Amino acid sequence: MGCYLFRLPDVGEGVAEAEVVRWHVKPGDPIKEDQSLVDVMTDKATVDMTSPVDGVVTAIHGDIGTMMPVGGVLVEIEVEGEGNAASDAVVAVPAPSPEPAPAASDPLPLPAPVEPIAPAPIPANSPVASQWRKADEAPLAAPATRQRAYALGIPLQFVPGTGPGGRVTPEDLDAFVAAGSTTPAVSSRQSPQQAVSETKIIGLRRKIAEKMQDAKRRIPHITYVEECDVTELEALRADLNAHRSGHQPKLTLLPFMMRALVRALADFPQVNARYDDDAGVLHTHAAVHVGIATQTPGGLMVPVVRNAEALDLWDSAREVARVSTAARNGTAMREDLSGSTITITSLGPLGGITTTPVINHPEVAIIGPNKIAERPVVQGGLVSVRKIMNLSSSFDHRIVDGYDAASFIQRLKRLIEHPALIFMD
Amino acid sequence: MGETLKAKVLVVGGGPGGYVAAIRAGQLGLDTVLVEADRLGGTCLVRGCIPSKALIHAAGLYEEMTAATEGRFGIRLDSPPRLDFAETIAWKEGIVDRLNGGVSALLKRAKVRVVNGHASFTDAKTCSVATSDGSLTVVAEHVVLATGSLPVELPFLPFGGKVISSTEALALAEVPKRLVVVGAGYIGLELGIAYAKLGAEVSIVEAQDRILPVYDVKLVEPVRRWLDTHGVALHLGAKARGQRGEGLEIESASGEQLILAADRILLTVGRRPNSEGWGRERMALEMDGAFVRVNDHCATSTTNVWAIGDLTGEPMLAHKASAQGEMVAEIIAGARRRFMPVAIPAVCFTEPEIVSVGLSPDKVLEGVDVVVGQFPFQANGRALSMDAGNDGGFVRVIARKADHRILGIQGVGRYISELAGEFTMLVEMGAVLEDVAGIIHAHPTLGEATHEASLKALGHAIHV
Repeated sequence: MGCYLFRLPDVGEGVAEAEVVRWHVKPGDPIKEDQSLVDVMTDKATVDMTSPVDGVVTAIHGDIGTMMPVGGVLVEIEVEGEGNAASDAVVAVPAPSPEPAPAASDPLPLPAPVEPIAPAPIPANSPVASQWRKADEAPLAAPATRQRAYALGIPLQFVPGTGPGGRVTPEDLDAFVAAGSTTPAVSSRQSPQQAVSETKIIGLRRKIAEKMQDAKRRIPHITYVEECDVTELEALRADLNAHRSGHQPKLTLLPFMMRALVRALADFPQVNARYDDDAGVLHTHAAVHVGIATQTPGGLMVPVVRNAEALDLWDSAREVARVSTAARNGTAMREDLSGSTITITSLGPLGGITTTPVINHPEVAIIGPNKIAERPVVQGGLVSVRKIMNLSSSFDHRIVDGYDAASFIQRLKRLIEHPALIFMD
Repeated sequence: MGETLKAKVLVVGGGPGGYVAAIRAGQLGLDTVLVEADRLGGTCLVRGCIPSKALIHAAGLYEEMTAATEGRFGIRLDSPPRLDFAETIAWKEGIVDRLNGGVSALLKRAKVRVVNGHASFTDAKTCSVATSDGSLTVVAEHVVLATGSLPVELPFLPFGGKVISSTEALALAEVPKRLVVVGAGYIGLELGIAYAKLGAEVSIVEAQDRILPVYDVKLVEPVRRWLDTHGVALHLGAKARGQRGEGLEIESASGEQLILAADRILLTVGRRPNSEGWGRERMALEMDGAFVRVNDHCATSTTNVWAIGDLTGEPMLAHKASAQGEMVAEIIAGARRRFMPVAIPAVCFTEPEIVSVGLSPDKVLEGVDVVVGQFPFQANGRALSMDAGNDGGFVRVIARKADHRILGIQGVGRYISELAGEFTMLVEMGAVLEDVAGIIHAHPTLGEATHEASLKALGHAIHV
């Protein structure tokens, strides 16, 4: 008589374990070859495991619901002749043969007879096959390693251990992770979070919130987006930047936009205005004070470049740099932060395709250039690559009619697309 | 209703579970409130571990000096030492005060708001606290229950008068002439032995047929021997019946009715979780008997209500509560943690002391082959030089035969409590016998016994 160990076979690609869902036998049952032993379920299917041998079941392993690793012993069967248990034993960790413990009757510190120190049959450095571990076998690793494995969602019993007694060393865990081993039965590695934190909205954030709320509540916005070809403007900008002298600042798109605005606003004075809606009075300004929407560490601020109509391109660039830096540093003066008559809001490369800018109340218009991108454009029957930028804008529809808004933006577009017009008197 | 406090974490109970949870939560930047009705430190610090150890130390010193009147190591006192027990108790109180102040300072440093008063939950996340300044409401996102445990009372032996619990035993005005201890668990034995050393005539009544029933017979034998040789009367297999005449009536193992004369009857028959009286029933918590049911994250059945320590089950030990408290704080802060110690060490400060970590030979599962190595302190030089080698003490290591993995270490002997760290470390790190064999243990120290016991299990101990 021998013992046959029926192990959970490889039930499918990438399946490292399966759940015991139903037993068809119990210890003591005689069984025939091909008779059902147990049903196991993988994430793919339920599989009926049949006996490869005739015999009598002597033991079954795994309660219903237990996850069994591939290779784990499911059933022990007593069979005629030799089973497979003996040959299996070589896989098992060789048991060291401890000498019989000397009798403890003589506890005096006498020198013990020198024993030949045989190379101890320490089962060290022989990775213990993962299939051989039980989930409840403890300890599998030192506490720090156990904690790290748990945080990674790796059940340690599947990690081959090279330490003494099959202990999983930190390096074993690293290797397991590096090998990208499919870790079965791993729930999400991120712990679900339910935290809700409360933050009092105060200071600048409250100011922003109030301003935005006020603007959206009071102003019926009309948003208009037009596409501009900025190839020429960009070429001019690049050339000016390349040949600028030491005291001249680097030019961004903003000073060009400001110059173009000043030009266009001359024909659309109602766009460069502040509407006191409580009083029902529109203040149209001769001066162009341009608000520059600026991201600061505390949040959105709108410092103002005053009298843009009196500034040339370089001075505009200098002023934009000065007021936005002051806003970011928190050194802006009160007059740097108020009195704008129109605002530009640009996110530069983050500008996206379209925005629906919120008007800086009590102004009546805001201009939001979007990002510049190279696009194929059909010109005269040919496709050419042009630098294209969308120009988003919002207007207070109480003051600015759609027709006027569109006309204003078309004027602006013409200036931007043919930058020579900006500088022509 | 008065003021309302809002917090991320509310910890109820300032014992070794609760205050550790609160400090860790504070360290992790969580806005934390700790509510404690009594003094900070809990049973452990105020009326348990710490004060009892102080009393045991003083008792040991008194016993040694008493022994010196007969002459010992060439030291002889001409007259017996005088005991001013009130001063002993005051000294003990001083230690408690110091630690209590320490806990308070640590909580403050961790920016934990401490509310002194009794907490009563109105729902799972809201509790009202009756403070000396009136009622206060605390609302929190997470609640950590750490209410601890209380001494068990017997219906026929209610506390009061002569009948005292361990709490009163640590603050007696004088050493009782005759002390009867009911219950031979570790609390009863520690205090019983201390009072025996202080000169009380001590008898111990235990319903089971042995002392310290949670440990194996061999491990507790040296303690039993000490009781035997120091005139402590042991009534095993005996049942306490109630107060009669001059003391306690018991029914002995043979069915005899005896009356044990007593000035004090110390009842130490166990502790029960403090799961009543603070609104648990309004928190929808699933129970596990008298304990609050928790999973291995210490989560209760109610979301974001956590429970730690004695409230959640055995073993009722301070260090278990602390470990759980630390873990829960980290989980609340978003870490992925699980309570998964291999072993929780247990220490008895009896005479001699006992340490038990992990598996003991009597608990080895069927089918697991083990090797056991035991080394007596009788063969340890340091033990002999401290007069700690003649009480039958030893260290015992249990390892799995197949791979020599250490599954448990126990020991009994004077001063052995300090070896608890190494024992636990070896079990928890998954050490094998060869690891211990390869670690040089300083000579002469008691720790050498651990080394030798491991060598013995490997079959080549040097000094036995």
